[in-house]
Amino acid sequence: MQRLARVESEAAAPHVGECVTIKVALAGQPNVGKSTIFNGLTGMNQHVGNWPGKTVEQKTGGCLRGDKQFDFVDLPGTYSLTANSVEERVARDYILHERPDVVVAVVDAAIPERSLYLLAELLLLPAPVVLVLNMMDVAAQEGIQVEPRVLEAALGIPVVPMAATKGRGFEALLDAVVAVWDEAYPYNPHRPVILPAHQTVLEELITWVAAYVPKPYPADWVALKLLEGDDEVVALMQSALPADVWTRVHDTLLQHEDAILDIAGARYAWIARMIRAAVVRPKLGQMGLTARLDRVLTHPLWGTLALLGVLAVVFWLTYAIGSPLQGWLDTLIQQGAEASRNGLQGALPRWMVDLLADGLIGGAGMVVTFLPILVIFFAVLGFLEDTGYMARAAYITDRFMHAMGLHGKSFLPLLLGFGCNVPAILGTRIIETKRARWLTILLAPLIPCTARMAVVAVLAPVFFGRAAVWVAWGLVAVNLGVLAILGIVFHRFVLKGEQAMFIMELPLYHLPNARTIGLYVWQNVVAFLQKAGTVILAASVVVWVLSYFPADGDVTQSYLAWIGRGLAPIGALMGLPWMLMIALLTSFVAKENTIATLGVLYGNFETTLPTLITPPAALGFLVVQMLFVPCVATVAAVKQETRSWAWTLLSLGLMLVISLGAGILVYQVGTLLLGG
Amino acid sequence: MVPLTALQPGQTGLIHQLRGGHRFVSRLAALGFTPGAPVTVTRNHGIGPLIVAVRETQVALGRGEASHVMVYLEDGDAAVSQGRV
Repeated sequence: MQRLARVESEAAAPHVGECVTIKVALAGQPNVGKSTIFNGLTGMNQHVGNWPGKTVEQKTGGCLRGDKQFDFVDLPGTYSLTANSVEERVARDYILHERPDVVVAVVDAAIPERSLYLLAELLLLPAPVVLVLNMMDVAAQEGIQVEPRVLEAALGIPVVPMAATKGRGFEALLDAVVAVWDEAYPYNPHRPVILPAHQTVLEELITWVAAYVPKPYPADWVALKLLEGDDEVVALMQSALPADVWTRVHDTLLQHEDAILDIAGARYAWIARMIRAAVVRPKLGQMGLTARLDRVLTHPLWGTLALLGVLAVVFWLTYAIGSPLQGWLDTLIQQGAEASRNGLQGALPRWMVDLLADGLIGGAGMVVTFLPILVIFFAVLGFLEDTGYMARAAYITDRFMHAMGLHGKSFLPLLLGFGCNVPAILGTRIIETKRARWLTILLAPLIPCTARMAVVAVLAPVFFGRAAVWVAWGLVAVNLGVLAILGIVFHRFVLKGEQAMFIMELPLYHLPNARTIGLYVWQNVVAFLQKAGTVILAASVVVWVLSYFPADGDVTQSYLAWIGRGLAPIGALMGLPWMLMIALLTSFVAKENTIATLGVLYGNFETTLPTLITPPAALGFLVVQMLFVPCVATVAAVKQETRSWAWTLLSLGLMLVISLGAGILVYQVGTLLLGG
Repeated sequence: MVPLTALQPGQTGLIHQLRGGHRFVSRLAALGFTPGAPVTVTRNHGIGPLIVAVRETQVALGRGEASHVMVYLEDGDAAVSQGRV
């Protein structure tokens, strides 16, 4: 990871003398390698946050070169700039309202025609554009030749060839940005025009609205967006125009409802003219690497088997490497806690020593022990994502997800859930419709995360000995079964509204970039530490306080025990003593707390527990534990992403009812079968 | 004129019309599904989503979405120009 630092050493250098700042926005369609360019430009000197008021990720960063400071904003990847999605609004609003000095439009040289579409839209906005032809290496590999100079002559804007994953072209890009910024470059863009059929209408619209268009919108752009039927601009002008003018505009728009297709068609015709001389394609019939791989990987049978194989490797790597590391860290932290306890004994009151050793170090330690598993899991996922495979996985899983009213794009966040539910909830941002997104958020906590599996790994052998592996698999199956049923029920009977559209590009396969994957892991782990780390730490202190007071460490006389005894009637339905109810309750803080609590309450629970509860009760307990309300960090993530207390409480309530119901069912039926 | 779902893998059609809401049309248009553009079906297995190639890109399309994309079959061009439509 040390190699990640490249430009940032310069950026960190103190500003010397006069220094000018150039504001640069990076725009591009998804999968064109825009993140790689952004990472290459900014290195670790970047900030990841949210766009104000939106749950869309915002990345900003900078670099210093000579006497110039470059401030970069990574706009969301979008195919166009019509208000179809939040991302598209964010991208165009930034250019319109924040007025960057230069917009860098990134295009995939291997698919110039499709990816230039965004440029056709960007050239209509009031900011100069530098075009980047990225992935020149991939284009060459697919047999496509692109001539940057010829394209530059046609477009009248700077064109910079790059191979960002190989680190090529960064200097030239910064040179081009500066040249446009200080007007050394003869910037004279050749903009796309509308088809003659709509030319008159467009001019009419411009004259009607021009006087009323609010700042900072350009009138001709507004008129064009009206004609495209852009929801946001239509709403904007409806409130800005006097009633009589609006009626005229509205009637005209109704007569030209199909204009969007002609406008898009005209843009593609413009692109065809621009690239005619600049791009040479391979002869027909030549099969690229992507086509050959996809013959297997998107095949209904082989593709499904390949996906299962990939998943098996993901989990094998995660647990085979991650679990030993986790155990090793755990021992290390316990030793640390003991050492600090011994060191502080006498210097501080006993409860403060216990709070430090058990509450703080224990709580923080729990977070740390999860890092190896998460790092490995995200590294593998980042690898799959960067190669282009994830889109194929979404395609393969789409038919299974359909029954739940979801589609393949929900697969990735759900897969993330096996690592940790928190990134799964955050990962639902890639889902476009609110309905599908909220449903995925509701279902994600049913995915058994590594923490819950860790509890099963400890408890199943205690109760079931050699059958433990089968019990564990059965429990995972129960969770996925409940997830499927809940999804189908919500899709069919609860959530009204249209099904999410499944329209997804399958990008060309390419070699993954270590830097991109490294940053992906880094950002996910930091997000986990910020969200989960703080909450887990705070909550583990709270639980410690509840279990410690008022009896100074005697847990059976603590507040926690008092709550647990209150829950005894529910426990009785499941054949569980109150201590196990407490273990469940503390799992709300963090799933792995179950084990710690049993350790506190029973001491050596491995030998005592099997004598205290029956096998049906034990199985019931494991089922409840797997389906129980998600941990605090996950709940916090659900609240943050939906911004709805109602949905968050619904999610909590459902999980509570389902888990207890399932536990009672398992215990009662099991007892009946065994006893009868 | 047939929906995209009626095409077998390997068959190419020319886009004629997108039937659907304005968002649907706008999204597909941006991806290059504009009238006259050739679309080749790469995968169509009777159930589940399709994969089609349009403007040098492979795009996965849900069955519902694909059934709203109306195309002329290339070998049916003659019939089209003779005014059958």
